[in-house]
Amino acid sequence: MDKGKETGAQRENGRNTAGDPFLTAVLQSLRANMREYTMVILLVGIWLVFTYLTNGMFIEPRNLSNLFLQSVSVAVLAVGMVLVIVAGHIDLSVGSLVGLMGAIAAYLQVNLNMGTVPVIIITLLAGILVGIWQGYWIAYRGVSAFIVTLAGMMVFRGMVIKVTGGATISPMNHSFKEIGQGYLPKLISTAPINDSSALLGLVVIGLYVFWQIRLRKSRVKYGFEVPDKKLFVLRLAATSLVIAFVFGIMTDYMGIPYAVLILMALTVLFNFMAEKTVFGRHIYAIGGNKEAARFSGINIRRTTMILFIIMGALTAVSGIIFTARLNAAGASAGNLFELDAIAAAIIGGASTMGGEGSVYGAIIGALVMASIDNGLSLMNADASLQYMAKGLILLFAVWVDIASRKRAT
Amino acid sequence: MDCNQSDYLLEMVGIKKEFAGVKALEDVNLRVKWGEVHALVGENGAGKSTLMKILSGMYPVGQYEGRILIRGTEQSFHSLKDSEKTGMAIIFQELTLVKQMTVSENIFLGNEIARRGIVDWNSTYEFTKKALGEVRLDLNPSTKVKNLGIGQQQLVEIAKAISKNAEILILDEPTAALTETESANLLQIVLELKNKGVTCIYISHKLNEVLQIADTITVLRDGRTIATEPAGNMSENKIISLMVGRELTQRFPRQEHVPGPVMLKVKDLTVYDPDIPDKVALKGISFEARKGEILGVAGLMGAGRTELATSIFGTYGRGISGEIFLDGRKLKPGTPREAIKSGLGYVSEDRKNNGLVLTMDIKNNVMLASYESATKLKVINQNEVIRHSNHFVSSLRIKTPSLEQRVQNLSGGNQQKVVLSKWLMTNPKVLIMDEPTRGIDVGAKYEIYNIMNDLVKQGVSIIMISSELPEILGMSDRIVVMHGGRIVAEMAASEATQEKIMSYATGGVKRG
Repeated sequence: MDKGKETGAQRENGRNTAGDPFLTAVLQSLRANMREYTMVILLVGIWLVFTYLTNGMFIEPRNLSNLFLQSVSVAVLAVGMVLVIVAGHIDLSVGSLVGLMGAIAAYLQVNLNMGTVPVIIITLLAGILVGIWQGYWIAYRGVSAFIVTLAGMMVFRGMVIKVTGGATISPMNHSFKEIGQGYLPKLISTAPINDSSALLGLVVIGLYVFWQIRLRKSRVKYGFEVPDKKLFVLRLAATSLVIAFVFGIMTDYMGIPYAVLILMALTVLFNFMAEKTVFGRHIYAIGGNKEAARFSGINIRRTTMILFIIMGALTAVSGIIFTARLNAAGASAGNLFELDAIAAAIIGGASTMGGEGSVYGAIIGALVMASIDNGLSLMNADASLQYMAKGLILLFAVWVDIASRKRAT
Repeated sequence: MDCNQSDYLLEMVGIKKEFAGVKALEDVNLRVKWGEVHALVGENGAGKSTLMKILSGMYPVGQYEGRILIRGTEQSFHSLKDSEKTGMAIIFQELTLVKQMTVSENIFLGNEIARRGIVDWNSTYEFTKKALGEVRLDLNPSTKVKNLGIGQQQLVEIAKAISKNAEILILDEPTAALTETESANLLQIVLELKNKGVTCIYISHKLNEVLQIADTITVLRDGRTIATEPAGNMSENKIISLMVGRELTQRFPRQEHVPGPVMLKVKDLTVYDPDIPDKVALKGISFEARKGEILGVAGLMGAGRTELATSIFGTYGRGISGEIFLDGRKLKPGTPREAIKSGLGYVSEDRKNNGLVLTMDIKNNVMLASYESATKLKVINQNEVIRHSNHFVSSLRIKTPSLEQRVQNLSGGNQQKVVLSKWLMTNPKVLIMDEPTRGIDVGAKYEIYNIMNDLVKQGVSIIMISSELPEILGMSDRIVVMHGGRIVAEMAASEATQEKIMSYATGGVKRG
C-alpha cells in the first residue's frame, strides 16, 4: 500500500520536476481529495449533458432553483441515511415514514384544525417516537436494521393508508404550505432582486471565510503545520464561489426557498455532528470496526439508538416539507424515497460496508438523483427512463469509486 | 527395511520461507515414514504451521525454497487441491466446516457424489455413515454441524479426510479446544487409523499426548529442524530443552523496577467459554499485579492467556465468577467502558480486528477510547486532538507523512504504536499488553520495550502476555505461567529459565 503511495508521489514529482511548488501543492491537494471531487465532477457532467439536451433550459435559474427545491425531501433523508450507512446499518422504512409523517401532519391540520406550530411539534415527536421504536429493536434486541426497517416499511405504509383512508388530505394552511413552497421575502419590496437572499449569501460567505481564518490562526497558535497560504486562499476563493453560485441562482429567481434553507442548516449541523462530536466519531468507529469500538469502551447500543432516533426525526422534517410542497398528503407519498436516499448516500461516497461516507457527499448524491429526475422530465422523457437512468448512474458511481480506490491503495 | 528413498512416504528437504524479509523457515527437513505417527513440536512461531501450509499447497510452489517428495517423487503443489490428489488431508486448527450445513453435506463438500450435477443423497448418506463409523461417531448424517460439539466437529473433519481416502493425515493442534475425554477419544482414533495404514503428522503443544501416540518426533526451533528422533529416545525434559535451547542475546533493554503497591488483584476467577457450552476457559485464577512492575504471562497457545486478559477487561466470557479489583475498586465483569474508566487498558493481540479502525486516520484512532478528554460539551476540539496525536507520533516515533494518514497504510510496528497511543491516551493504571511485539520487526520491538520501561517508571503496572520466552524472560519482573486455563506457576524473573517455564507450560510435572 505504501508502495502505491510512493509511486504516486514519484509520478507527481516526475511531472513537475522543475515546476512551480505552488502548482504541485494544488495538484497534491486535488489528488488527496480525489474521491470527493469525482462525485462533484459527475454532477457537473450531468448538468452539462442536460443543458445541452434541453438547449440551455436546464441551466436557467428558474429550473435550477426548482431542482434544489425538489431535491430537499430526499436530501434531508440522505443527510441521516449516510450516517446510518456509515454505522453499518440501513434504513428501508424512511419512504413509508415520510408518507406517515406527512399524513399525520395533514390529518392534524385538516381534520383537527390544528395550527402550524403544534402540527410541526407533534409530527417531530411522532418521528422521534418511531425512531425510538426502531432503535430499540436494532440496538437492544439485536434484530438487524435491514429486518427492522423492512418491517417498518410495511407497517408504516399500512399506517399511512389507515390515516389517509386511502384518499388525499388537503389543503394545508398557508403558513404550513410556505415551508415547502415559500421563499425568503425581500427586505425592500422594490428591490430588483431578492435582496435578503443575496445578503444571506454574503453573510454565509463571510462567516465561512471568518471561520476558516480563525481555524487557521488557532492551528498556527498551537504550532501546527498549516497548508501553504496561497493554497489556503485558493481554497477559500473556490468554496466561496460555489456558495455564491448556489445563492446567486436562487436570488436571481425568487430567492431562497425556506425548504432549501432548512436543508442547508441541517447539512451544516449534521456535518458538524459527524466530524466534530464524540457521537459522530463513534458512529464512524462502530461502522469501521465494531470490535475495535467495543474494545475501546464505546457504548455501541446507545449510539445506535440515538442514531435511529435522529433518523426518525429527519423523516418527520422530510415529511413536513414534502406535504407542504404538494399541499397535500396522500397514501403513496414518499414511495421509494428510501431507495433514493440510500443511492444518494452511496453515490456521495458512503461505503456499504460501513465506516466511510460524508454528509456533504450525500447532498451531492441527492442532487445527482434530483438532477436526473428534473432533466429527464424537462425533456418530457418517460418515467420508466428516469428509473433506468438513476439505476445505471448508481451502478456507475459505485464502480468509479471502487476503481479509484483500488488505484489509490 | 531398505535404505532407499521409498523408506519415507513423505520428505520435505531444505525448506526455506520468508515473509517480507522475515525468515520464517531457514532450513527445515521433515522425513515421515510409511504408516507412522510423526509428531511435530516446537514453540509458538517455530514454523510448524508455516511448514504445513507449504506441505499442503496453501503456499504454492515458488513461494518457498526446497523440495517436497511424496512416495519418492518430487511434487510441486499449486493449491490445496493438488496436495489432496496425492492422498494428503490437512485439518487446520480453525475448523473449516460450514456450520449451517449437515454433516454429510460437509463431508462431501466440493466432492459431492452426483450424477449430471444432481446429488445422489442415498449414496451420500451411505458413505457418510461409513466414514463416521471409522471415527466412531454415531450421528445422523443430516445433523447440522452447528449442533455438534467442538470434539465432534473435529471428528467430522477427520471423517471428511477419510472419505477422500487420505493416506497422509495432518492434524494441527487437534485437541486444543477439546475436553480431556474428547482428547483421549481423538488420540485413540488416530491410533486406530494408524493401524489401518494411515500415516499421520501430528502437531501439538501437549507433550504428554505426543509421547503417548508418536512413533517419531521432530523438533523445530526458530525455523530449523533441531532433531528427529524415535519417540522412545525422547522424554518431556529432552523435548523441552530441544524446543527452547537457544542463547538469550542482548535484545532486551532490561531495567530494574521497584514494585509498588498492588494495582490489580484477581481472586478465584472462573470463566466459561461463551461459544462452547460447559467448557471452562479459566479455572480458579488468582494473581496480583503491582504498580511499577512488568508481570509476564507465559503459556502456549490455547492456555487461556488472552481469555484471561479479555475476561478482566470485560469483553470475554460467560458465567464469570470471582473478583477483580483495580486499585482497590471492584470491577464489574462484562463492561469494558467501566474497566477503561477505572484505569485499565488492553492492547489486543489482534490489532487489526480489535485494536484499530483501519479506515480511520491516525488521530481518530489515537482518540478512540478517550475523545472525552478533548471535548467541551461533547464537541471535539480538533486542536487538542492534533496536539495529543502529535505528542504520541513524536514521543513514540510513529513514522507517517501526516496525522491524516489512514492506519491501514502504516507498517505493523507503526500500527502497534498507534494502538499503544490509544491506550496511553486513557492514562491507564494497569496496561495489559497481549503479544505486544507480534508481527513487527526487530527495531520496532526494541522501541516498544523502551516504551514499556518508560511506562513502568511512570508508575504504570504492565501485564505482558507473550508467546516468546526470551521476551518474557527479558522484560518481566515476575512471571506467571498458564496451562489449560489455570495459572500453574509463579516465579520471580531471576528464578526463571526457559526450560522451567516450558515444562510448566506444557503441563509437565512440577519440579522442586
